[in-house]
Amino acid sequence: MDFVSILSIFVMACFVGYYVVWSVTPALHTPLMAVTNAISSVIIVGALVASAAAGFAVSKWLGLAAVVLASINIFGGFAVTQRMLAMYKKKERPAAPAKQ
Amino acid sequence: MEHVTAGNSFAALAYLVAGVCFILALRGLSSPATSQQGNRFGMIGMAIAVVTTLVTHIPLLSGDVGLDGDRIASVSAFSIDWIAFLEILAAIGVGAIIGVTIAKRIAMTAMPQLVAAFHSLVGLAAVLVAVAAYLNPMAFGIAQMVIPMIGDPFAVINPVSKVEMGLGAAIGAITFSGSVIAFLKLNGNMSGKPILLPGRHAINLAVLATILLLVAQFAHSQDAWPFWTLLALSFVIGFLLIVPIGGADMPVVVSMLNSYSGWAAAAMGFTLHNTAMIITGALVGSSGAILSYIMCRAMNRSFLSVIAGGFGAEASGGAGGEAKEQRPWKRGSADDAAFLMQQAEQVIIVPGYGMAVAQAQHVLREMTDKLKEHGVRVKFAIHPVAGRMPGHMNVLLAEANVPYDEVFELEDINSEFAQTDVAFVIGANDVTNPAAKTDKSSPIYGMPVLDVEKAKTVLFVKRSMGGVGYAGVDNDVFYMDNTMMLLADAKKMVEEIVKALD
Repeated sequence: MDFVSILSIFVMACFVGYYVVWSVTPALHTPLMAVTNAISSVIIVGALVASAAAGFAVSKWLGLAAVVLASINIFGGFAVTQRMLAMYKKKERPAAPAKQ
Repeated sequence: MEHVTAGNSFAALAYLVAGVCFILALRGLSSPATSQQGNRFGMIGMAIAVVTTLVTHIPLLSGDVGLDGDRIASVSAFSIDWIAFLEILAAIGVGAIIGVTIAKRIAMTAMPQLVAAFHSLVGLAAVLVAVAAYLNPMAFGIAQMVIPMIGDPFAVINPVSKVEMGLGAAIGAITFSGSVIAFLKLNGNMSGKPILLPGRHAINLAVLATILLLVAQFAHSQDAWPFWTLLALSFVIGFLLIVPIGGADMPVVVSMLNSYSGWAAAAMGFTLHNTAMIITGALVGSSGAILSYIMCRAMNRSFLSVIAGGFGAEASGGAGGEAKEQRPWKRGSADDAAFLMQQAEQVIIVPGYGMAVAQAQHVLREMTDKLKEHGVRVKFAIHPVAGRMPGHMNVLLAEANVPYDEVFELEDINSEFAQTDVAFVIGANDVTNPAAKTDKSSPIYGMPVLDVEKAKTVLFVKRSMGGVGYAGVDNDVFYMDNTMMLLADAKKMVEEIVKALD
């Protein structure tokens, strides 16, 4: 891919991001930060490329270190987002009379 | 590297699908009902990206990689470097265990510092990837091998890739050191007060300009020194940028660092020509930028003035509230508060950072349950900058099982205070200060505030009368006839009110 097509994807994605993020309800801004943090760890792709490449040991170990860091973020980020989102509940309907 | 083969276009499609999944992940957050589905999309997208990369970049024994860095046409089981492959899986496994453990154990009140810590990891990972790409450019397909007549062959990195790599490394390093400082401030290891160096604006601008010049120099020459120097300077500037910013401005800082971590991922995506990384980077980058904007708007301050730092330091340093004459105020007890709220038709609770510090959200929920048993309508009003990160209060209330349809944003509930019997302010201060509406000389003038003073009675839970809010200004609400100050630790006070309500 040439630079211009990559740049086009980037610019389009910025616009998509702009509209999608404005539609996020303010109540979910903390989970939004946690999940964006998890997905920005897609940088793991670069880390995997580096650690899979033969021929240069330092680069490979740096790559593996980056894989560990990014994995912490991916698993930690998605798990903590899941934990938070599971807490958001609607008002209980009067169907629960046991609470007396 | 960019040969168009069946495998390559499959990979490109897979990365695109991953990118779309990430868009859907954010889209799901438009309402709590769809949010968990959104999060699953995020996980699916990440799994696609990781598996695609693993499959297309199986480590091969070094003898099978051609001089031009291209992989040999046929991969047989014998040419796969299984040890290297297992090392990669082990690295993912180690990260997974650490990540999941942290996510399970972390207290909800500690979310701001956790997010800051996670940002620092993304930043550091970006730096490591950039350095790895610089040291082994052939593996990333960003260089041509030059075979001179005399001497060893060497790789020449494309100038565009060098700019992308340089910027990626710089943004990553700024994200890393900035997030570490933000973490230390939020976690209380470092004072939340702004630390002001003389001439800091000039220093910061000079360092930033030098970094950009070094990126240009690096693109031009491929010498080692500009790359390492710009990396070192970026670590320093990240530190310098965040140190002067005070604790309550952290919502902006955390959002900004969130944005940076996205731009770092996007820059590395440009280097690797990877659509998943570019889409994600753009999403995260704009997300953080929008959140910073929302936070700044909620404080009526410009982004630049927040980033310049020092807010609150000047205000409390000068002749603050202490110099003013003592004004009379009324002190109430837990029994008074319980009595007043029991009689009320509607109570609006305004939580702030103090509630998080006192961990009072659970007992607060008990109090609302008791009030509802007495037939009182209870609502929560959240100011956008309450707490230390966007949406901080909402998460804590959700943790305490407060239904999200009882929690309202500032603009949705502000008109209701006039018809409300009791406004119960707990751990908030500046966001209720009417001076923001009337006093043009106040540092918070123009900031949208919750109109608590319009309620028939204001119950203000505060530790003591001495302290002022972050902005260092006195709050007229304390001295109004219809205000009753409940001076105690937030959690203890609410516990006593719960007892009194029985």
